[in-house]
Amino acid sequence: MQVTRRQFFKICSAGLGGSSIAMLGYSPTAALAEVRAFKLAKATETRNMCPYCSVSCGVLIYSTGDKSKNSKADIFHIEGDPDNPVSRGTLCPKGAGLLDMVKSPNRLKYPEVREPGSNEWKRISWDEAIERIAKHMKADRDANFVEKNDAGVTVNRWPTFGFLASSAAGNEAGYLGKKVLRGLGVIGIDTQARI
Amino acid sequence: MTNHWVDIKNADLVLVMGGNAAEAHPCGFKWAIEAKKDRKAKLVTVDPRFTRSAAVSDYYAPLRAGSDIAFLGGVIHYLLANDKIHHDYVKHYSNAAFLINPGFKFEDGLFSGYNAEKRNYDKATWSYQLDKDGFAMVDESLQDPNCVFQLLKKHYSRYTPELVNKVTGTPKEQFLKVCEYIADTAAPDKTMTILYALGWTQHSKGSQNIRTMAIIQTLLGNMGMAGGGINALRGHANVQGITDMCTFGANLPGYLTCPTDADPDRKTYLEKRTPKPLRPGQMNFPQNYPKWFTSLCKAWYGNAATKENDFCYDWLPKLAGAQDTLAMFDRMHQGKMNGFVCQGFNPLASVSNKKKVGDALAKLKYLVVIDPLVTDTSEFWKPHGEFNEADPAKIATEVFRLPSTLFAEQTGSYTNSGRVIQWHWKAADGPGESRDDIDIVAGLFLKLKAMYAKDGGKFPDAIMGLTWAYRQPARPSPEELLQEISGKALGDVFDPKDATKVIVPAGQQIAGFAQLRDDGSTSCGNWIYGGCWSQAGNLTARRDNSDPSGLGQTLNWGFAWPANRRIIYNRASCDLSGKPWDPKRAVLRWTGTAWGGNDIPDMRPDAAPDQNVMPFIMTPEGVARLFAPGMAEGPFPEHYEPFETPLEKNPFSPNNPKTLSNPAARVYKADMEVFGKAKDFPYVCTTYRLVEHYHFWTKHSKLNAITQPEQFVEIGEELAKEKGIANGDKVKVRSNRGFIKAVAVVTKRIPTLMIDGRKTHTVGIPIHWGFKGLTKPGFITNTLTPYVGDANSQTPEYKAFLVNIEKA
Repeated sequence: MQVTRRQFFKICSAGLGGSSIAMLGYSPTAALAEVRAFKLAKATETRNMCPYCSVSCGVLIYSTGDKSKNSKADIFHIEGDPDNPVSRGTLCPKGAGLLDMVKSPNRLKYPEVREPGSNEWKRISWDEAIERIAKHMKADRDANFVEKNDAGVTVNRWPTFGFLASSAAGNEAGYLGKKVLRGLGVIGIDTQARI
Repeated sequence: MTNHWVDIKNADLVLVMGGNAAEAHPCGFKWAIEAKKDRKAKLVTVDPRFTRSAAVSDYYAPLRAGSDIAFLGGVIHYLLANDKIHHDYVKHYSNAAFLINPGFKFEDGLFSGYNAEKRNYDKATWSYQLDKDGFAMVDESLQDPNCVFQLLKKHYSRYTPELVNKVTGTPKEQFLKVCEYIADTAAPDKTMTILYALGWTQHSKGSQNIRTMAIIQTLLGNMGMAGGGINALRGHANVQGITDMCTFGANLPGYLTCPTDADPDRKTYLEKRTPKPLRPGQMNFPQNYPKWFTSLCKAWYGNAATKENDFCYDWLPKLAGAQDTLAMFDRMHQGKMNGFVCQGFNPLASVSNKKKVGDALAKLKYLVVIDPLVTDTSEFWKPHGEFNEADPAKIATEVFRLPSTLFAEQTGSYTNSGRVIQWHWKAADGPGESRDDIDIVAGLFLKLKAMYAKDGGKFPDAIMGLTWAYRQPARPSPEELLQEISGKALGDVFDPKDATKVIVPAGQQIAGFAQLRDDGSTSCGNWIYGGCWSQAGNLTARRDNSDPSGLGQTLNWGFAWPANRRIIYNRASCDLSGKPWDPKRAVLRWTGTAWGGNDIPDMRPDAAPDQNVMPFIMTPEGVARLFAPGMAEGPFPEHYEPFETPLEKNPFSPNNPKTLSNPAARVYKADMEVFGKAKDFPYVCTTYRLVEHYHFWTKHSKLNAITQPEQFVEIGEELAKEKGIANGDKVKVRSNRGFIKAVAVVTKRIPTLMIDGRKTHTVGIPIHWGFKGLTKPGFITNTLTPYVGDANSQTPEYKAFLVNIEKA
């Protein structure tokens, strides 16, 4: 009998009609009492990738809920994706700890500010954070933007601001960041890729 | 990687040098083991430490950190002296036969044109001899004393096994054994793959380490072959993709270069960047530069970009000065920067000379940290005992910390080291009020745009005019963005051979970069990603892992740039007539009417072999460069010592004090002054990574913190004995920039080497600790490292410097 991985999970779960177990010579009632529900059977499975090294191993993320609007997904298990042709379901000691990374107590949850000279963080709203940062940027840009160089060539650059871009962000976030920074005239840009 | 992860299984020899794949890339390294098991391939490791890669190798040879060019130059000498090269390949597919300007010289460690004051070269003599039509002249007999082959031979004749041994410390017989392994792959049907990583890049001559191997792979005919290539095992899961998007000051997406003050208008800019072919009939693919650049301007500036206004050329900022990380922190340290953003980047821990970085951050007016985690950088101002001494009252920087999401909470694409772009899906929301990086950037930009709309300000044109046709402006979707990156037809795109035939109707996604135009009728955010989201949909989300060729190409899994090609330069896997050098591992062949096979041809599909179109289509000469004038410190790699070296003279140019270390590397004066000397800091130090941790990231993950909880340094048994240090003792390691304290691990894994007649010890330090995290608090290793980068890439020299060590 050909059984796919997904079908195997279904067979293992308690929800089956019992026919296949009956074929093995057990009575369905007894079998139901024996077989413990597979803990991932009701999970939502999402295909993703390990964010650590550039092997970019495929991972399967298991979360509660069915992604419907009012159910809050909670990730409770991460394992290697056997379909990925490079990693073939494997994860290394780094990737084996992925769930603890997602659930790290050191995750940031709210915008915060440390005021000049202060020795503590203060929680602020997103609106306040964005407003204050944008004000700093605009004041800095308007004061230091160079439209033409000494030779009269249009250069339109903002030399007093810099941005280190994430190498853990997706291509789309990286591209948008680059587009916005060039739009603002920023030339001081670098990324972890160099380091 | 020119090749890809699974392709490692096709190699006959896997060389691990300048990296430690078994620990840093374990799930990719299993393909090296597969090659060993299935092909009976040999695995050879060359490293200052007996690493876990070495532990499963067929052969291991030690070398001193920072001496790779001496070793590899010695390999070139061996191959040439013993005639172990792939002759047809070298003659036709490299610039071996090209004649070089007779003014080109190499004397006393320096090439012609050196300017000691500026620490750079005038490269005028590093050039081909051209004929009256502007084509490079060649001598196919390879006998002319000015041809590249003869110059190469002459240059590396100095790299004798004796001198290699003196500089690298590799015992001569071990060096020669490695040479033999490598030389075996000169046979047309044998290949070597090289797996390297930061162990080659993080040196003051990192790019030339790799260049030396590129010369070797070209001499052996291993480029373009299955199981061959030059394979950089890169960092983060999307470090390749972010590199491709070119979030660097000097570049625009797809490795286009940023305009500078010397490019006052579009015409000048394009002329300089659109090369003419250097040999007749070559593809000279960069001739398409204007199409890529114009399509980028259309992607960013939309309808505002017209032919009449040079497609808004002036809206792009012009580059001034160096903008790499070291250059920026140096400017910050001088008080020349006001604002700075660290997105998923922890520079206090990951940039050299922590004190300088911390002092620089304290001079900012505002610092914004966008990160999923509590980074050390975000608390640079906060005292954490000995690990971070700071006085908050004296630091006036306003620091913002914005929570972003992690991989599991994002949808989008990552590009792996093998250039395969793969889509992934979001599983759950991030914690608390965390937001996607896309939304954070969009939020900041839209706020600024609103401020400029309301209050005006300096040059608002490019802000107001930046294309932003996203359905939810504050939340551009990854799908919309990847479509923009991939490119589309804005007007009908016509067949260049038949102007009446529309090949892409207006509004459709393009199928590939060949359809881009320089007249404004196409837009494309990154030409090398062109076609990854075509009319057929999101090709990066394809999940067909079937592999009919058995070579591991999986052409229907994700999308590899460029053009879904899995092995770059694959035309070079065939002889001149189009027959595979190794029919058992055929990547490509000429079918009689077209190129076809198990990959997307890296060649014009109808270029018949008798047209002599050479395989290296991205060079105007069509061939691989043994002689490469683009490099900062010379067209042939030359050994220079690290900036902190145990030697007083460079044994390759002992009479020239200018050439002790890389004469073309940029060094800031204050940093030069804090380089340590061997009399105070007698031990070579190298930093590295462990299998249980990922950079400064997994110290926040409990499982990883449990498996590797506490900072340590590794020293060899002989040094431990000399210093009276026992396994488990607390030690203090000092460089001229600071100190760290950690537990000593005394090991046989770090050999003591004889360098230039003297016993030389190495100290090894893993990097993963800091003052924030679930691990035991530790010192930031980069407190010790020197503030100097590679002359070409400005990657800091983390891998070779000097320290002293004592019991704490």
